[in-house]
Amino acid sequence: MQKKLDEFAIGETGVVKAVGGEGKIKRRLFDMGITPGAEILLRKKAPLGDPIEITIRGYELTLRKTEAQFVNMEVKK
Amino acid sequence: MMRFALAGNPNSGKTTLFNGLTGSTAHVGNWPGVTVDKRDGLYKKCAEPISIIDLPGIYSLSPYTPEEVIARNYILDEKPDCVINIIDATNLERNLYLTTQIMEIDVPVVIALNMMDAVVKQGDAIDEKALEKKLGVPVVAISALKGEGLAELMERAYSTSKTPRLGKTVLEHGALAHLITDVKIALDGPGVENPLFHAVKLAEEDELEVNAHKDTVKMVEEFKKTFKDDTFGDDFEALIADARYKYISDNFSSVITKKNKEKFASTKSDKADKVLTHKIWGIPIFLVVLFAIFHLTFSEDFLYLGKIFGLPSLDDLGIDTEAFGGQLLACFYDGAVFSPGVIINNLWNNIIVEYAFGWLVNIIAESGMSVWAVGLLNDGIIEGLKAVLSFLPPILVLFLFFSILEDSGYMARIAFILDRMFRKFGLSGRAFLPMIMGFGCSVPAMINTRTLADDKERAATIRVIPFFSCGAKLPILTAVAGAIVAFFGVGNADLITYGMYLLGIVSAILAVLFMRNTSLKGETPPFIMELPAYHAPQFKNLMIHLWDKTKHFVKKAFTIIVASTIVIWVLSHFSFSWGFLEDEEINQSILAQISMLVQPIFTPLGFGSQLGEFGWVFVVAAISGLIAKENVIATFATLAACLAAVASLDISTLDITAEEGIDAVQAMIMATGIGIPGLIAFIAFNMTTIPCFAAVGTAKAELMNNKSYRGTLLFWIISSFIVAAAVYTIGSWWWTLFIWAAAVILTAWCVISYNKKAKEKLDNQKLG
Repeated sequence: MQKKLDEFAIGETGVVKAVGGEGKIKRRLFDMGITPGAEILLRKKAPLGDPIEITIRGYELTLRKTEAQFVNMEVKK
Repeated sequence: MMRFALAGNPNSGKTTLFNGLTGSTAHVGNWPGVTVDKRDGLYKKCAEPISIIDLPGIYSLSPYTPEEVIARNYILDEKPDCVINIIDATNLERNLYLTTQIMEIDVPVVIALNMMDAVVKQGDAIDEKALEKKLGVPVVAISALKGEGLAELMERAYSTSKTPRLGKTVLEHGALAHLITDVKIALDGPGVENPLFHAVKLAEEDELEVNAHKDTVKMVEEFKKTFKDDTFGDDFEALIADARYKYISDNFSSVITKKNKEKFASTKSDKADKVLTHKIWGIPIFLVVLFAIFHLTFSEDFLYLGKIFGLPSLDDLGIDTEAFGGQLLACFYDGAVFSPGVIINNLWNNIIVEYAFGWLVNIIAESGMSVWAVGLLNDGIIEGLKAVLSFLPPILVLFLFFSILEDSGYMARIAFILDRMFRKFGLSGRAFLPMIMGFGCSVPAMINTRTLADDKERAATIRVIPFFSCGAKLPILTAVAGAIVAFFGVGNADLITYGMYLLGIVSAILAVLFMRNTSLKGETPPFIMELPAYHAPQFKNLMIHLWDKTKHFVKKAFTIIVASTIVIWVLSHFSFSWGFLEDEEINQSILAQISMLVQPIFTPLGFGSQLGEFGWVFVVAAISGLIAKENVIATFATLAACLAAVASLDISTLDITAEEGIDAVQAMIMATGIGIPGLIAFIAFNMTTIPCFAAVGTAKAELMNNKSYRGTLLFWIISSFIVAAAVYTIGSWWWTLFIWAAAVILTAWCVISYNKKAKEKLDNQKLG
């Protein structure tokens, strides 16, 4: 099943399919390791529901939902 | 001299390595044009001394952030003899991403594999030899924290730097290999330096490169027309980033042996994080931490021991606080135990600085110089020096705490927790701490805005920091509020004080909203940020942090504080005919004359022309408050004595020298007949206008350019007039509230519709 990273629930994992967005944000997402094929675990959400915290390539990364919506994911069962 | 540059990801231990290599020789400044720290120092244990340059911490060499541009320009243009790329061994994959980019530049590279001890502790292993073989450059395992492996690292860097190295790319077998080779040859022909690096960046259509090589970029455009990738289309920037990560995971996963095979294993740091960023407890825990910091720094009743046990004051105990022993004791205790921050502050200001300058003041006073010269030296210059020095304790103590928060990794979590709330005002979660620090002292608060990535966001934050009423403004609040209650017999002093704090916060929010939509407009910067693993802060690093910040403050703020203190002293002690005046003759001073002249412009604020003959006293007090806000009330006391002499003001029932200043303010009320709205407007004016010179000097040092600095001064003047005028008019005629509300709504509407139009125009241009 495919969905966007900002729609993930806590504890859900998946694989990056594609990354969209404009130059600056997309490049930043790529630079931080969010590239197709990378595995992501949604670790938690901030007390107000946004931003989110993910584990990727063995480290913790935080991003806002507005940025996470550019990341298309294949959900892992 | 040979120069080695240190490059690496943030949180990779780069600063620790730098400190370990250079010891106390580090020199801190700013990179030209930006407020990113520039540090360099000397390494002396090699065959020849080597200058070490600490480049900003970066994840990539993209053209999008100032840090990245600085780092790449330094390596390309300044041509260091060697680049030491420090890598966090616990996070090899992402750290090597930067390495693959640095390796494309024609410069000798050595890899410092840091935190190997942490890898071993986790039960994992990394094969350094295999890593070295695969990368083709020397790899040295080090522990920056323990100082292990540094000598070997430098020896190998030293010998490596002797042989030039040509750039190498991991993209040589990918889909873009041909394009990159062709562009490289095209660049190499006319003798462009670092052809490979530029070729790769051109293929990425990196803005900086496209502008520099307008002809060659056509090759990329031609190639693009014939090229289509299934996943990325013709987005070469994405394709290249992906190819780098693919190369890393294909080639280097064999280098690491992991004990725990599970991909998302839970660590100790995760457990701590679960509590500290908890859905419900996260925010309360943060508030407790914040309260603890303020309590430890500023509280004069540590742990409320004084209140709980009803401890006696030194006077009650019959201890003479004038004698040295009593003075010393009074630094620690007086009716309550002081918190560590207050004790340090007292020891420094009341003992060390006081005694160090005390004998000098005496020598000057008894030197037989003319009265005005003694006054200039003692009350002008020495007071100015003391003003600079008096800010050191709060800066040091607050920074100690905030460096601990930063180093431990908690600061990043605070930004994570609060980002949502602050985005509404066009700021990121990181802006919260500097603002709240403003309640203690604006100076360290402004310095701390360095954690903000965006320059416009920083400028907006620096401007509103003084609205968060600092410790030195509290005496104005309590004295005026106390006088209102004592003289008019209405209201509640605590309530007035509290209300003024609230007014400051509301003004700050409105001002930020306004600026972020007009003069300091900018997109909220992206918030894609690493959350570093928690770890205990290192004592040595903390001390180096503190030393850097203190040095920066003294160097930058020193001149402006001392110079302005002297100017104000001269203005208040000389008449226009250059006759020297005693304190009590302040009414004849240049300052008073100027104040009388400008008095009418304060009429809408309630302390202008309507106050008649002596209305200028409030202007004089506000101006002397620029030296330090404590001066406002002290000036009232001086003025009261002066008016008693020249205007036969009857102050016999008042004690104008009382420390709280309530009676001094009452004398001003008697002399001028000012009303409650005018008095409250006066407080509001002092709260939101140009802060003390120390804060002004810090703002100048921290803002990126002079234009922004002048804009900041103008902002403070305008906002204080607006806020005070609103307070006065609403206080005098309640129905003007509706006029002010309408004005705010109208302004908001104008800004919103203007921005909408501008955006439509921009969109049309893009389409057209």
